[in-house]
Amino acid sequence: MKLAFLAGLIALAPLGAQVTVIQNATIMSEGAKGTFKGSIVVKDGKITEVGDNVMVPAGATVIDAQGQYVIPGIIDCHSHIAVDGGVNEGSVSVSSMVNIRDVINPEDIAIYRALAGGVTAANILHGSANAIGGQTLVLKMRWGQDAEGMIFQGATPGIKFALGENPKRAGNPQGGRGAPATNARYPATRMGVEDVIREAFNEAKQYKATWDAYDAAVAKGQHPLPPRKDLKLESLKEVLEGKRFVHAHCYRADEILMLIRVADDYGFKIKTFQHVLEGYKVAKEIAAHGAGGSTFSDWWAYKAEAFDAIPYNAAVMTRKGVVSSLNSDDAELMRRLNTEAAKAMKYGGLTREEALALVTINPAKQLGVDNRVGSIEVGKDADIVIYDKDPLSNYAKVQKVWIDGNKYFDRDSDVSARPNKELEKKKLADKEKAATPAQGARRPQ
Amino acid sequence: MKKLGLLVACAVAACAGANDTFLIRGVDVYPVTGPEVKGVSVLIQDGKIADIGAKIVAPKGMKIVDGKGLRLYPGMIDSNTNLGLSEIGAERVTVDTGELGEFMPQLRALSAVNPESAHFPVVRANGITSAMTFPSAGGRGGRGGGGAQFISGQAALIHMDGWTWEDMAINRDAAVHLLFPSIAMRGGRGGMANVDFADEVALLFGGGSAAGTYTEAKRNYDAQVAKVTEFFDQARQYQKERTANLPGFKRDLKFEAMLPVLEGKVPVAVPAARERAIHDAIAFAEKEHIKIVILAPQELDKEGPELKAKNIPVIMGRTEALPENQDAPYDYAESLPGEFYKAGVKIAFGTFDNEFSRNLPYNAARAVAYGLPYDAALKAITINPAEIWGAGDKMGSIEKGKWADLMLVTGDPLETPTQIKALYIKGKEVDLSNKQTKLYDKYLARP
Repeated sequence: MKLAFLAGLIALAPLGAQVTVIQNATIMSEGAKGTFKGSIVVKDGKITEVGDNVMVPAGATVIDAQGQYVIPGIIDCHSHIAVDGGVNEGSVSVSSMVNIRDVINPEDIAIYRALAGGVTAANILHGSANAIGGQTLVLKMRWGQDAEGMIFQGATPGIKFALGENPKRAGNPQGGRGAPATNARYPATRMGVEDVIREAFNEAKQYKATWDAYDAAVAKGQHPLPPRKDLKLESLKEVLEGKRFVHAHCYRADEILMLIRVADDYGFKIKTFQHVLEGYKVAKEIAAHGAGGSTFSDWWAYKAEAFDAIPYNAAVMTRKGVVSSLNSDDAELMRRLNTEAAKAMKYGGLTREEALALVTINPAKQLGVDNRVGSIEVGKDADIVIYDKDPLSNYAKVQKVWIDGNKYFDRDSDVSARPNKELEKKKLADKEKAATPAQGARRPQ
Repeated sequence: MKKLGLLVACAVAACAGANDTFLIRGVDVYPVTGPEVKGVSVLIQDGKIADIGAKIVAPKGMKIVDGKGLRLYPGMIDSNTNLGLSEIGAERVTVDTGELGEFMPQLRALSAVNPESAHFPVVRANGITSAMTFPSAGGRGGRGGGGAQFISGQAALIHMDGWTWEDMAINRDAAVHLLFPSIAMRGGRGGMANVDFADEVALLFGGGSAAGTYTEAKRNYDAQVAKVTEFFDQARQYQKERTANLPGFKRDLKFEAMLPVLEGKVPVAVPAARERAIHDAIAFAEKEHIKIVILAPQELDKEGPELKAKNIPVIMGRTEALPENQDAPYDYAESLPGEFYKAGVKIAFGTFDNEFSRNLPYNAARAVAYGLPYDAALKAITINPAEIWGAGDKMGSIEKGKWADLMLVTGDPLETPTQIKALYIKGKEVDLSNKQTKLYDKYLARP
């Protein structure tokens, strides 16, 4: 009876009932099952079965991944792709009113290239020009969908903070000393950065108290006048309520510790320290606060505050109890986070599973979406990547990528479509040429 | 008989406490220029490779390195960096690339190399024993550097260790860096700068772009080429007058520095991104009868036969790079070295950077994933650059008589998790610790 009902449902939902089985693969699950040879069943966008041996449901699309490797989709905890140039609102020191959601460009080619590098989700952040920056959100790399369709529904939104050289330099190329007073934008020092954050949360706490009092009165059935809505403070109120994650750009140990103490004082949590190049120096304090550390593998020396960066950072933070990830902050690096992970094996001796966790389950934890993605386990979103070789090898190439059980990248299709694309480009160019005035003339703008 | 003499000499050196004479035993040798030989011994004497074989007997007292289970490769060579010249990219006071002046062949990168730069120990810890260091930022527009240049100075081939830059020098003027004008480039700079799609449109259709109309761009380009040509003409004239030694002849440092180029002893290294830029640079070199090395090409197109026929080596840029154009295949940069190789072009890799110089072998590996044969990739970071930069008789492979620039490693050096166990420069074991390992040790031990 129940079975018949189910069968009926399946018949009624031809699209939702697509079943894919990936067989004979080496699966690095990053979940409880570890690494094993076996199969994955994907149904209705979710992973429904994982094991050494699975029953292939009738009508399923079967993919033989003999000799290939399967990993959970890579998650980049720090990216600025798909934002249509709207990355920094640098005119104010606290820009918590602006939101990345408003500038998503689903046609950014970087999305497709990220997919081709095995990335299925990314934390899209505001820039680092402000001590308190704009609101962030998590996207899935659903290339071809519109802006709304890119959003990782259910992921907790965030806010970008920034410490150190960038927020103090923005608007103050000379620092506090030489800057003309008219152009200066507070802060110009690390001291000022701390103060900006304290002032903002001082305000936000009072704002929250006003709203809490109002909400309490309403709950009691009273009809008070509502307080004035403040869009800058609204997102900070959410931080105080734990409804919005703080992702803080930082470099030096001093500023990391500073922000931890500020957060302690105002009663909120830092979800992740981003870049956190000197995280290894204060890993104990970061772990005690419960924050994650999302760092670069081996970037260093590009600026003064990056001079003490070490490629062992992720390994040290991991060993000292910090949930750590490796991010890209870069549309190019984003495409090879798998081999960035391998660097944590070279520098600091993490195991293969620990290394891969830096770009899969750990960033999922840092973004609060580890119940949905980050490992290959039953019930999770079917965000899956197939590599032709060991994904921790520099010789490995991504073959196929699924998000929510839908295939978004296939290397074979990409390669075989190239001649036609070349032809199409040439046709367009010829057409344009024919319609363009002779050389030397300026084209109408 | 000859062998006996050699052994005696070794014994003497060992007794004298020389630290560049020793034996590596039971190691798998990957000479690069020949097939691998497993489980053999390598005798290093006075900093040079003296013998490779299964049955080399070490004289009493000689230092023995156990190579069992390890592999021995020649040290790697990065064909484009600013090592020693740039410490912190964003801090101009720590950067000595990109001098002022349009034609500056007299500038020497070598004498501005800071042997105490924190980059050297970091880079060599990953098996890189030598590098080309360039007086401008590799054609990438001189990050923090001076204005537009045509000749930025002399690039030097250096070892990654030494007390002074003189110690480090392998070839003090391995190339003169010529930024040959290029029509498609913004600001007339070559190399790795991105070509805007707008520029491409302008080239195709003569439309509006940063450079204005195609006619304007072409006019600029012609004027710049004329300038470079004029400088070379003047240098030739100087060369003639110098040879004639006419009364009243005045020594000129710029033109003196051009003599090795004009005599074909030192190549010009020219960043050239597009097919047209590569072709134009080659045509210019041919007209001037000078040697040329192409840096950081972004396309091959139909240039293969010309590069091959004229035996012009090419330094590939990073394969860890995005495609220039929106509609290019996503693996464009990764596939490019393979294309050059298949066209019969001699290639080497450069990172065009200090920070990522240590990732040189991974750039080579990525090219392997996308079509470059493994052996060709390995050659492109060892013997090929040694030959291209005029030191092929001294380094770049494990052969008798060459310097013992060696790395002892746990596996394939192109793979990230492989560990470097020991590194030798001219037979001297080099410290693998650096600023980063010291900070690591210090803070790992923090209670």
